[in-house]
Amino acid sequence: MYGVGILKGLGVTIKHFIDTYVDDIRYAGRKYMRQENFEVRQGLKAQGAFTVQYPEEKIAVPERFRFVPFLIVDDADHPERPGHDWCTSCGICAKVCPPQCIWIVRGENPQTGRPIPEPEAFFIDIDICMNCGYCSEFCPFDAIKMDHDYELASYDRTGAHIHDKQKLSKPFSYWRTIAPTTAAEEAEARGGWEHTDVIKERKKAEAAAAKAAKAAAQAEQAEAAPEAEAQSEQDAEAAKAERLRKREAALARNRARKEQENQNDE
Amino acid sequence: MSQLDLRELHSTEFPVPADMQSNVAITSLSKIYNWSRRSSMWPMLFGLACCAIEMIATAASRYDTARFGMEVMRATPRQSDLMIVSGTVTKKMIVPIVRLYNQMPEPKYVLAMGACASGGGPFKEGYNVVSGIDQYVPVDVYVPGCPPTPQALLNGLIALQKRIDGQSLGNMDDVPWYGVGPSDPVPVPILGPDIIDPRQMEMIRAQAERAASGESYGTRELPAAAMDVIAPRTEAAARPAQAPAAAEVATDDPDRAEALRKREEALARKRARQAAQNLDS
Amino acid sequence: MADQTINSEALKTGDISAAVDYLKAQYPDAISDDTREGYNGIIIARDQLVEVARAMRDDLGFDYLSNAAAVDYLGIEDSMEMVYHAYRTSGGAALAFKAQTPRAQAEIPSLIEVWPGADFQEREAYDLHGIAFPGHPNLRRILLWDGFDGHPLRKDWQEAYYEEDHKPFESRWPKGFVRRAEELNIYGKNVKYPADLDLNSLADTSEESVYANMGLGVDVQQLDNGDELQTDKLVVNLGPHHPSTHGVFRMVVTLNGETVEKLEPVMGYLHRNHEKIGERNAWLHNMPFTDRLDYISSMSNNLGYALAVEQLLARGARYQPPTYRAEVVRVLMVELTRIVNHFWAIGFLLNDLGAFFTPALYAINERELILDFFEAVAGSRMMCNYMRFGGIYKDLPERIHAVANLVNDKMRDYDTMDYLVELINERIPRAVDQLDQYLTDSEIIRARTIGVGYLPKEMAIAYSAAGPLLRASGVSYDVRRADPYSIYPELDFDVAVRYNGDIYDRYLIRLDEMRESLRILRQLLPRLEVTHGEPIMPGGKQGPYMPRVPIGESYGHVENPKGELGYYVVSAGDAKGTQNPWRYHVRAPSFINLTALGQMCRGHKVADIVAILGSIDIVLGETDR
Repeated sequence: MYGVGILKGLGVTIKHFIDTYVDDIRYAGRKYMRQENFEVRQGLKAQGAFTVQYPEEKIAVPERFRFVPFLIVDDADHPERPGHDWCTSCGICAKVCPPQCIWIVRGENPQTGRPIPEPEAFFIDIDICMNCGYCSEFCPFDAIKMDHDYELASYDRTGAHIHDKQKLSKPFSYWRTIAPTTAAEEAEARGGWEHTDVIKERKKAEAAAAKAAKAAAQAEQAEAAPEAEAQSEQDAEAAKAERLRKREAALARNRARKEQENQNDE
Repeated sequence: MSQLDLRELHSTEFPVPADMQSNVAITSLSKIYNWSRRSSMWPMLFGLACCAIEMIATAASRYDTARFGMEVMRATPRQSDLMIVSGTVTKKMIVPIVRLYNQMPEPKYVLAMGACASGGGPFKEGYNVVSGIDQYVPVDVYVPGCPPTPQALLNGLIALQKRIDGQSLGNMDDVPWYGVGPSDPVPVPILGPDIIDPRQMEMIRAQAERAASGESYGTRELPAAAMDVIAPRTEAAARPAQAPAAAEVATDDPDRAEALRKREEALARKRARQAAQNLDS
Repeated sequence: MADQTINSEALKTGDISAAVDYLKAQYPDAISDDTREGYNGIIIARDQLVEVARAMRDDLGFDYLSNAAAVDYLGIEDSMEMVYHAYRTSGGAALAFKAQTPRAQAEIPSLIEVWPGADFQEREAYDLHGIAFPGHPNLRRILLWDGFDGHPLRKDWQEAYYEEDHKPFESRWPKGFVRRAEELNIYGKNVKYPADLDLNSLADTSEESVYANMGLGVDVQQLDNGDELQTDKLVVNLGPHHPSTHGVFRMVVTLNGETVEKLEPVMGYLHRNHEKIGERNAWLHNMPFTDRLDYISSMSNNLGYALAVEQLLARGARYQPPTYRAEVVRVLMVELTRIVNHFWAIGFLLNDLGAFFTPALYAINERELILDFFEAVAGSRMMCNYMRFGGIYKDLPERIHAVANLVNDKMRDYDTMDYLVELINERIPRAVDQLDQYLTDSEIIRARTIGVGYLPKEMAIAYSAAGPLLRASGVSYDVRRADPYSIYPELDFDVAVRYNGDIYDRYLIRLDEMRESLRILRQLLPRLEVTHGEPIMPGGKQGPYMPRVPIGESYGHVENPKGELGYYVVSAGDAKGTQNPWRYHVRAPSFINLTALGQMCRGHKVADIVAILGSIDIVLGETDR
């Protein structure tokens, strides 16, 4: 009584089975070789679903992918502070963590006992972490990010699953590699590729240098070396351009906000 | 077969040093044995929570565990080699899980999939959540992530295969089921006022006695530096489960204490007023 | 007399204030307005609760009890409260009403005879809050086991890993002392025993009451009757470990031969204390936890919670509603989620009918493609954590692409809008049509499903069934239309309704809903183009990570793929003020839809049970929370 139904069902399976070979012919053997074919195979243009041959080929995860968090440190060849933590131990990640899997010991100056802006210890229990990404979303210094390395299977959890500062720390260049677009967006918001503190320091130094150069120039107008003058002029121009750019940006933001308000009013 | 002493297999004509004996003659046999075992690992058809969905996705077309000989998901523990604990293990569920584990034939493996099965995960603080399946059954591979993506699970399965590859027929610790016999069953936990692990009965008894004599119990010694921070809260946590009647709730939090005190006062006033009304009527 | 009928017809469709006025006129002593700051609705004296509820249903047309939640106001009012939200299936806002009881000897009359849908919800309140419901025929623990010590959602009950009443915990920073939570508890298994525990008389009584009403044993009456074949009734357990229970769900079934005489759902095997944890979390902390409720459709869980909290935030002075772009993206995600869920539901319904895994494989092919999109946009395949109060996490990326990180990583790179257009216009419709073509006319499916698991219209409403289960019984009730939210009012779609109320219609209605979702998605594509680049949060700023929420209560509900998902949240001024919810309750469609399961299975064969369960489409994360 159900014979026809069963045959039809089997027919569906056979159709799917044959379709894959038809697709093979379409690609004429190049199907499993070239990178572009992988993109087609795992995309919307493919007929049916294609298996990822996992250890031999892995689907690269997208930029926003989140797995367990890691901490950003400056690269080893950074001119000013090689290997320095970006984290200032402000504690926001520990507060915003829903399952509370982050422990931070704030650094202290041993002489004065005053807090210093770097963590003395930093622990994440990845057996509690729920990969929600809040820590990286709300970190004001872009110092904690979600990693893309999901191959963390281990035979023991007591040792391997509490990540300490050493295990968590990864250089900034790594973050730039795995998430170029996001890193660029964040750098734009910060005003440079460096950590906010470095940018501030540099700006301060630049301002001081410009001031000194200006003073020097005023003091010995006539005798000023042409190179130095040119240098200071360049600096001044750069600073001016920067100011103009900022003003433009502020105006644009203003306009956007006003438009927004107008829309809201309407 | 059960009478076979595996040590006989590596008695060779050549003088083999004692510490090498289990590695020489048996290696090729071990290789075949391990290859066949790891290539036909049958998981139990058994899903707990969110991770189970990713486990199904791993078994489905795109990731396809059939490539590892693991597509035969058995719905009975009697036919399965691998238990993928995929999701949050609750106290209510640990009882059937331990039973299922005991019913699996040797050699058996357990893979803790995801943060919850490994160590309680985001739900660790919950009253009905077991903080890690390894509290009850031995775990071979832990796969972190919440949930692990299918590729992360495949990574864990490969790690398990590697572990099997590392086992030697010559080493009785690796293959106890041929030597000393099958492992003892894990005692099934009891659902009492809270979950009770029969293996810990003595400890619980001792603790109960201490509690009855008014001593504090339930906490472990912590370094002094930590105690400064958490001592008040630890005390709160160590209080017995049945909370005292509402009026007696002791608290270290000054705000809460203040609120409670105010409530007490308000209640007293209310009672007085009611008494007065009763008198009036 | 005629005059009165007209009057009552008007009352049945009139607005809430007219209904409240009517009730006040009828029961002047029993009803008072809820005048607490930020609260609305009415408070009903508990001795007249059943009477008033019946009047609500019969005279005022509130035939659908959506939500019943218990709240413990220890330290604020020293009382407990049951909060009910009743709706009309014809549409409109909720009539919220409450009944209060003192904490000691908490008792509130059961509403099960007015709305049978209150059954499981009252048992839940009994289990977790310790409120007794006189009149309830089967008042047993539902999520925890019998013999469990205490009622966990009472505010003075603390579990073993208790650290503080509210997050963030102080031990994390600045002197974060690192320890595993096990170290707080010597047993290491987050257990805690009462001081008077007598280990000598310890017995596991958790199973006894499960079989109490199942009719175990031999029927002596029947034995006396010597003419017929002697049969014993058989009690069979399906679950909690069973391939077709969609998780760790358990059904205890009394069988007469192969016919189901009685079916009792037993749940709580995945009860992971969502609400207790939710009351300790800060408001934003709960968002990723909602992902794990119905873990197949995390996006729409997010939306419901965001709506509930936004309702509260809207009482504040500086609140700005979500931007239009954010709403468009929200609806996009929610409708994609609906499609994912229905693919899953149909695939695994076939699994339950005996076609093991192959149809499910075909059905969830397209799911992977949608998950790829979620992963690129929100960062995770399943646990999206994408909505924020007032907007969304991040705008859609320009391109869906990746960078090689691991060995053997293979890259893909697509334009997001092209991907969406292809997905919505080509791939999903094709898959839906294929499913339709394979399954709808299949004689096996028709034979197994038509007329099986029948749920009549009146019963579906009475049992508070929701979603496809309700609509397959001929009730055109869809929260997107009945109590609209987001940008649904401006979208053109139909509420799918079928009238036979059996498994087959529930299957068909899922196909219909996928097609309606596609219709919505096609309308969203131009909106996405138009709003491209607009801010996704009000003012273009990231929201605060620890928002302070004005005092009050709110009930936000959305039409989830599985039915009406509601969040009842209370913000109360206690020690840490409004930083954490005082009460966080989830009205889970999977949980409440199961109320009717026993009814639907009675008289069918044992093999139909799993099919009926599959047609309800439950997810245990949401059922047990």
